Amino acid sequence: MHMADALLSPAVAATMYAATAVTVGTSVKTLRNDENLAKLPTMAVTSALVFAGQMINYTIPGTGSSGHLCGGMMLSALLGPQAGFLSMVVILTIQSLFFADGGLLALGANCWNMAFYGCFVGYYLLWKPIMGSKLFAKLGTKATGRAKIILACVLGCVVTLQLGAFSVVLETTVSGISELPFQAFVGIMQPIHLAIGLVEGLITSAVLVFVYEARPELVMDAPIGEAGLPSKCSLKTTLIILAVVVAIVGGGLSLAASSNPDGLEWSMFGNTEAGYSENMGLDEEHYGLSSGAAEIAGSIQEKTAFLPDYAFVNSESAAGTTVSGLVGSVLVGGAAALICVLGGFFRRRKATV
Amino acid sequence: MDKLPQAQSELREMDTLAAADSPVHRLHPICKLSVTLLYIVIVVSFPKYDLSGLTAMVLYPVIAYQMAGIPIRLCFRKLRYVLPLVCAVGLVNPFLDHTPFVTLGSFTVTGGIISMLTLLFKGCFSLMASFLLIATTSIDSICAALRKLHVPELLVTLLLLTYRYIGVMLEEVGIMSQSYRLRSPGQKGIHISAWGSFLGQLLLRSMDRAQELYSSMLLRGFRGEFFYAQGSPFGFGDAVFLLGWGIAFLCARRWNLPAVAGSIFVR
Repeated sequence: MHMADALLSPAVAATMYAATAVTVGTSVKTLRNDENLAKLPTMAVTSALVFAGQMINYTIPGTGSSGHLCGGMMLSALLGPQAGFLSMVVILTIQSLFFADGGLLALGANCWNMAFYGCFVGYYLLWKPIMGSKLFAKLGTKATGRAKIILACVLGCVVTLQLGAFSVVLETTVSGISELPFQAFVGIMQPIHLAIGLVEGLITSAVLVFVYEARPELVMDAPIGEAGLPSKCSLKTTLIILAVVVAIVGGGLSLAASSNPDGLEWSMFGNTEAGYSENMGLDEEHYGLSSGAAEIAGSIQEKTAFLPDYAFVNSESAAGTTVSGLVGSVLVGGAAALICVLGGFFRRRKATV
Repeated sequence: MDKLPQAQSELREMDTLAAADSPVHRLHPICKLSVTLLYIVIVVSFPKYDLSGLTAMVLYPVIAYQMAGIPIRLCFRKLRYVLPLVCAVGLVNPFLDHTPFVTLGSFTVTGGIISMLTLLFKGCFSLMASFLLIATTSIDSICAALRKLHVPELLVTLLLLTYRYIGVMLEEVGIMSQSYRLRSPGQKGIHISAWGSFLGQLLLRSMDRAQELYSSMLLRGFRGEFFYAQGSPFGFGDAVFLLGWGIAFLCARRWNLPAVAGSIFVR
């Protein structure tokens, strides 16, 4: 879901940077107030682990494909939402800097789409309420905790991934990048991420359940107590039952969503479409031949022009810009190649001297 | 699971590149960071049909790569991360936007093709610029620059620590997955029965290790902040680099330079 720089306009990128910066500021303040300095190495080691863990392929039974771990949910369940958010920001920064996974300008948007939803929305809206609820209370402490973790993880991953995917569509559309209508884009992105969310949720919950069984105090808000009643259903059974239920519900939802797209597109974008082209298209008259430098060049071109006329479909000024632009671009390409060759030549000469 | 050793070697490669010496390496990190960000902002701000104007922007990475002595082909391997989503968004443009632009013989170039190419170029250019930044600047210099820019110290320290531990973790997880693979021939990934325990065990060990790490940091006098060596100050050369490229980018954005150059030869 990492967005590249090319998918955002500077205005949208700046807005997302601002939103992320505010969240980072608040998180840092909260952590500093709590004097959670001791958490720092734990945060670093856990985020490094999540970074490496996201590269492991988990086989999905019955299919040939594999899934990955969901970082946001896992980190906020282990470290709390604020520390989890900062850890995710750091992971995304390293991914963007060292692996070119997600652009530098798009970092703000990526942090928002993956870290904010995964940590804050996932934690406060799903993880905390579910862990604090009386769900599955009859099963005994351990089994209750286990069932709650699985439920919270699966729901959390599905919901946060849906929000993230929706944000990607929204940011790209507002940036005026794609010709793809908003509705069609949403129709593609949401079901794909529904499936991904389900699998990621199950994998993440498996890891968290393991941690919970061994060291319950490491998992945020998880019930700690004497091992009361022996658990009535094993981890595997719980996982399978939940997967089936969520698959049925999710499948039904996505079917309903794609066959009956809501009025969101119209309500949000129906009236502003003309506005986009005006804002983003920037009038062409101010480019190319109408500029002062071009007029001087025009007098030179009378004597130097050697290329024959082309057949144009569009208006004259645009077409003129297009062809001279094409020629100019070839010139730029030639210059770039020349610079590379010269650079290589001088480097080799320096190496041999 | 070949991703792990690959990620390790990529990290090593970036470290090696950043440790070299060149005029670009010697620039102040804040200067490089500003030029890179300005470049990316200007690149992505080009209108979707202004393909010819955008091509002028290729000159900055090309020149800077040569100044830094880094082969430009290195960054294209990273395109595999950038291209999928950009392609997914861009490739539909030719099918949806049929505005004719220019006919070359019997082939009509439509607005969709132009906007797709513009998008792909934007993706490549911004990748080239950010790769250049990190290939010529070490993580310590970047963190020092971020501190100077008043990014919270907690975040910067976390970035530095995480970066250090990613190497350790990649190695550890790499060894674990290799031994798992050797013991489970013909299996593609981690079986469902080991979904939790595989990473969970490492997680438990690492959490304990983090506690020990913190204790040892305290013993060495850690008070919540790292101290960075004072690099050379923001000098005249940095200012010239920043201003020069800044003006060049703005000119390229304001006037369609390739079109101006091309118009000398085209009537």
